[in-house]
Amino acid sequence: MAAVSKQTGTGRTRARPFYRTSKNITKVLFSLIITFLGLLLVTFLIGRILPIDPVLAVVGDRAPQAVYDRVREEMGLNQPIWQQFFIYISNVLQGDFGKSVLTTNPVLTDIKRVFPATLELATLATIIGVAIGIPAGVFAAVHKGKWPDHIVRVIGLAGYSMPIFWLGLMGLLVFYMKLGWVAGPGRLDSFYVDFVEPRTGLMLVDTLLGDDPSLFWNAVSHIILPASILAYFSLAYIARMTRSFMLEQLSQEYILTARVKGISETRIIWRHALGNVMVPLVTVIALSYANLLEGSVLTEIIFAWPGLGLYITNSLLNADMNAVLGGTIVVGTVFIGVNMLSDLLYRLLDPRARK
Amino acid sequence: MRKLIAGLIMGTALATTPVFAVAQTPKDTLVMANAIDDIISLDPAEMFEFSATEYNGNTYDRLVELDIKDSSKLVGGAAESWTISDDGMTYTFKMRPGIKFASGNSMTAHDAAFSLQRVILLDKSPAFILGQFGFNAENVKEKIRATDDETLVVEVNKPFAPSFFLNCLTSMIGAVVDQKEVLAHEENGDLGNGWLSSHYAGSGPFILKNWTAGQSLSLVANENYWDGAPAMKRVIIRNVKEAASQQLLLEKGDIDIARNLEADQIASIKDNPDIKIMKRGKGAVWYLGLSQKNKYLSNPKVIEALKYLVDYKGISDTIMAGRATVHQTFLPDGFLGASNETPYSLNVEKANALLDEAGFADGFTVTIDTRNTTAVMAMAQSIQSTWAQAGINLEIIPGDNKQTLTKYRARQHDIYIGRWGADYQDPHSNASTFAWNPDNSDDASAKPLAWRNSWNPGDMTQEVDAAVLERDAAKRAAMYQDLQDKVLKTGPFIIMFQETEVSSLRANVNNFILGPSFDTNFYRFVTKD
Repeated sequence: MAAVSKQTGTGRTRARPFYRTSKNITKVLFSLIITFLGLLLVTFLIGRILPIDPVLAVVGDRAPQAVYDRVREEMGLNQPIWQQFFIYISNVLQGDFGKSVLTTNPVLTDIKRVFPATLELATLATIIGVAIGIPAGVFAAVHKGKWPDHIVRVIGLAGYSMPIFWLGLMGLLVFYMKLGWVAGPGRLDSFYVDFVEPRTGLMLVDTLLGDDPSLFWNAVSHIILPASILAYFSLAYIARMTRSFMLEQLSQEYILTARVKGISETRIIWRHALGNVMVPLVTVIALSYANLLEGSVLTEIIFAWPGLGLYITNSLLNADMNAVLGGTIVVGTVFIGVNMLSDLLYRLLDPRARK
Repeated sequence: MRKLIAGLIMGTALATTPVFAVAQTPKDTLVMANAIDDIISLDPAEMFEFSATEYNGNTYDRLVELDIKDSSKLVGGAAESWTISDDGMTYTFKMRPGIKFASGNSMTAHDAAFSLQRVILLDKSPAFILGQFGFNAENVKEKIRATDDETLVVEVNKPFAPSFFLNCLTSMIGAVVDQKEVLAHEENGDLGNGWLSSHYAGSGPFILKNWTAGQSLSLVANENYWDGAPAMKRVIIRNVKEAASQQLLLEKGDIDIARNLEADQIASIKDNPDIKIMKRGKGAVWYLGLSQKNKYLSNPKVIEALKYLVDYKGISDTIMAGRATVHQTFLPDGFLGASNETPYSLNVEKANALLDEAGFADGFTVTIDTRNTTAVMAMAQSIQSTWAQAGINLEIIPGDNKQTLTKYRARQHDIYIGRWGADYQDPHSNASTFAWNPDNSDDASAKPLAWRNSWNPGDMTQEVDAAVLERDAAKRAAMYQDLQDKVLKTGPFIIMFQETEVSSLRANVNNFILGPSFDTNFYRFVTKD
């Protein structure tokens, strides 16, 4: 990340939209389409190269050979692979992602069902991660080389190197089992299953829209722990990046100038320096958010959290290729979308990008 | 939105204060954690997975059922009684009067005929169970028919052992579905299969309320069930994959029953006064399949030597810790004619002598395809270490379940370590896979386990065919004992254990039934103190 220096001069040029010309739009669209096709092709090929028989996902191991052969033909697996890929692409272009063999639902229906669970978890985790990570990073930078810096670094390093599986179980053991501060695995207590109308798929919203407030608090008590554990990992990354960006800023000339002018240290740190750091940080936060949106498989397993990560993994292990491809497209879309968004924000926030 | 943000902030703050009282499960609700993401379909004519068949047993009436107290006996289900013609070819069932489906429709013999015809017409995975009796799409409507509202007539194509046919009817395909309801949801001539794969049309003790794939299955009591309404008004089965998470939920009292605890967890809750443990031998065996394509493994002396190179007792006591008992024949205990002979135990000296005779005193190298779950990997490692004592180098190739299975079905393995569950509660189910292989060529139409291991069992194939026609139960049992004995001595299968299902329950939960098969675990008698 290049150093971002303080803009001087007051005559701000008006922001021009970054998609200035239609040429730009075509370029962006073209690269998007190529990216997508590449993504699909690679996933498709991996799915076919995997030493897993997709027919088994449909008929199970104990089906007689005749049934097996018939289903294999029905699935079009007797055709050459390029033909299969072509058929798949043309279906996708018509908005048909096929059916999942495991759930018998259209893949899009499945994804609509599982994605909100991941979205909810990732969003909350990112909010917690930003709320704690940025101040911690600033704090560490300001006290560089002293004990607060070391503490933040140790906590960050631990967050980086701790296996999430273990951490998740420990969290459950301490906060759920021993202390009883939070609820256990799942998005709601078991016997509330079917009590909530899935309007948005976001449990916190759906329970608020319902008429029983205790359900909302129940949902909160279930999400807090997995979200905090995921947050710990993004927090470690955000704090580390914040610290290094801040250190860079604090050694800049304009900070010295500001100090000479007698501006208070607090204002220098939180307004001047952090204000400049925010721009590259947006990208950092966006990336870690996109990472979480893929669904953290291990967290979802431990907390019985029915999200996208679990869905794609389970589909892959069962050679449920339509579901895997559909899930990959969603993850790809989210990734590309978040990247474009952070790019856009970068241009909007960084005055130099507007020249 | 503002409310939401406020809620989120509050919630975050709450992470540091103990506020949430953990609710106990209500008295009339049974909550279970189980790995139920194997369910592909809820249609009795299509389902073939363990979790789905358990659902079937709790929500549908089957024509014939196993006696819960003595699983070797058959009792009437949707059919109250039956008679068999003297030539053994025609079965006449009298339907139980007064059964009502959840829809309110009355059950008749027409529903039963439709249900069985549907299995053949749809031709899904379990169709072969019924197909064995000579039915096909052309003749099924004439061979299986309702002669009036109370009478169902079924004509089979050979004078089979009655126990064989009736045992097959106790499986998932014997479930009677509501013809009117199912046909009301038919699309493009699918006999309602698309709808029924995620909906319900039965008359059993519980009614499906909702199935969310990979998440939960919830049932409600059928107040009109012919044998009395269950005490549990709701049953909720949550898909919890991770055994450690199941244990925590159980210890905390958030669930009543945990179904998939591993050995070390069972050990750690053994002394908890709030939890009790139930065990039941199931119709599944763990075995090693030795490919006869391999030049070492096809040597009879080697096969025999390897049977002396497994630490049966050690694995069942420590690795499986209560989830498997030593069992070396292909019929699980509890099946007609099951033999419980266990002649083999770890004996390195004897194995070495046999390997010398075979001319492999220096040992050899083979591979074992192993599913990468904790228990299976641990079993393979134990076997690897005991084989090494006889100079055999066993290379473990770990893989995901579907991956190892794909390779096994293509006959590309040396050794496969697997678990085989009987398809239905009759000895023919396992005899026709371990001891029967009419065509050992690569493109055979039938591919039983004997075929997968490229083994031609010779005369045993005819003996298996004869055993299903033996109408004298005692003689039939003797034939299976003979077959088991032959496979035990010469077959390329090292059968090691019979699976034991272990369920862990809260102490206040009574009368949960674990049956001998995967579809005889019943919730309808459960009560809570």
